[in-house]
Amino acid sequence: MNAFLLYTVQGLAAGSFYALAALGLAIIFGVLGVVNFAHGACYMLGAVVAAVLLDVTGLTFWPALVVVPVLLFLFGVVIERLFVSRLAELDPLYNFLLTFGLSLLLVDLIKRQYGVSGLPYTRPEVLSGQLSLGSFHLPTYQVFVFLFSLLVCAGVWLLMTRTRIGMIVRASTEKSDLTRALGVNVKAWVTPVFGFGIALAGLAGVLAAPFRAITADMGSSFIIILFAVVVIGGLGSIVGAVVAGFLVGLVEAYGQAYAPQLSQIVIFVLMALVILARPAGLFGREENA
Amino acid sequence: MLEIRGLQAFYGEAQALHGIDLTVREGEVVTLVGRNGAGKTTLLRSIIGLHPDVRGSIMLNGSELTTVPTHRRPGLGLGWVPDDRGIYASLNVEENLTLPTVTHPDSAWSLGQVYEAFPVLADRRRAAGTTLSGGEQQMLAVARVLRTGARLLLLDEPSEGLAPVIVQQIRDILLRVKEQGTTVLLVEQNVKFASTVADRHYVLAEGAVAADLDKQEFTDRQDELLTYLGM
Repeated sequence: MNAFLLYTVQGLAAGSFYALAALGLAIIFGVLGVVNFAHGACYMLGAVVAAVLLDVTGLTFWPALVVVPVLLFLFGVVIERLFVSRLAELDPLYNFLLTFGLSLLLVDLIKRQYGVSGLPYTRPEVLSGQLSLGSFHLPTYQVFVFLFSLLVCAGVWLLMTRTRIGMIVRASTEKSDLTRALGVNVKAWVTPVFGFGIALAGLAGVLAAPFRAITADMGSSFIIILFAVVVIGGLGSIVGAVVAGFLVGLVEAYGQAYAPQLSQIVIFVLMALVILARPAGLFGREENA
Repeated sequence: MLEIRGLQAFYGEAQALHGIDLTVREGEVVTLVGRNGAGKTTLLRSIIGLHPDVRGSIMLNGSELTTVPTHRRPGLGLGWVPDDRGIYASLNVEENLTLPTVTHPDSAWSLGQVYEAFPVLADRRRAAGTTLSGGEQQMLAVARVLRTGARLLLLDEPSEGLAPVIVQQIRDILLRVKEQGTTVLLVEQNVKFASTVADRHYVLAEGAVAADLDKQEFTDRQDELLTYLGM
């Protein structure tokens, strides 16, 4: 029982990274129609920037949770203005290729600068060790990651459902042309939305920094699983991205624990099953499929 | 109020509008009738700015529209009700109503006025837009542009596929809007509906204006028109 609980917490912590990053991917796709292949690289960048800031300026984990996403937001704004916006009128495939190239570029730049062996990161004292609940012992850091990302996801959900900004994002996700014809300047929202999506990937990276090996390649396998997450949740669906993120984290953890030989494929089996039953994903709308 | 001169619209190689000339005066209700594919919807989409490839001139109150970005056009007084009604599934009824900002406060309907005129929308204000019936969605689409205070309504077949009692309600609203002094350009296949609300009629055929009829001429030639439209 204790072991099962442990796998569950591990799965939810891993799922937290997927949920946060997939949320960003879903919001970007919804408003821009761009599948951001560089999302895994931005997750990696979040972790690397956190590690470098700690090393160079001594910026610790807690402020990094705010500073790094802000930096990644600015990075996203620059990328959108310089490159993505220039391809916006063309087939979305062009932007997919652009972000694919961007991810290769980022990975190699980080490799060139910091090598391939991984950067060190110390987790804050208060999050080390174990939480004891009666006879159960759970890793404090993973419990924190899960609760923190749940809070962030809830905040984004409130932003999307309770504010005028969220209403505009939902409207332009669903019917971009009509929304413009109703007088909403959809283009004005594109840049901040792209930056916000990148910031969420960066936040996932900071959370992963004390917990995963920080290497230039950490985003490469991450982005593949992230695509499975958005397919399972439904492309462009915000709730779907979060639910599928945690679900995939759990399936991955149980797979590693109970069927290690199959752990690489269980997620993709899950994805195939979801596509068979609901081609538009668990929370996708059929017309978006 | 609206002056269209030599308007051409293209879909790639194909030409959908072949030089439309048309005038709508302030306070008028004007219909566009014509068979499917005559270019009625393309014309409305060109006016609101969603048809990318147009040539010619569209003047609204003396200023050229074709160079104005789509999202600025409602601010100049345009309110569009698309042929598919354009109701958002991811927005509830009240969000559907309040998404466009009020552009002309003098003529804008308040939420209270909207709910008084369409009580069914008040009852379902928290429901997702697309859970409404077809008739309710049409009312929502019309109410949405009334709330902005638009001075020229572009309505694309508001009576299509609706039960007679709902068509009656839509007509009552249109008559009220007209009384208020709002100008309406209405695409309509339902000749009877068109004849009861409109002051003038343009018959469109193959992307050009085939006839420009006043109320009397339209009534006199109604049988001929019905045959022409294949009804």
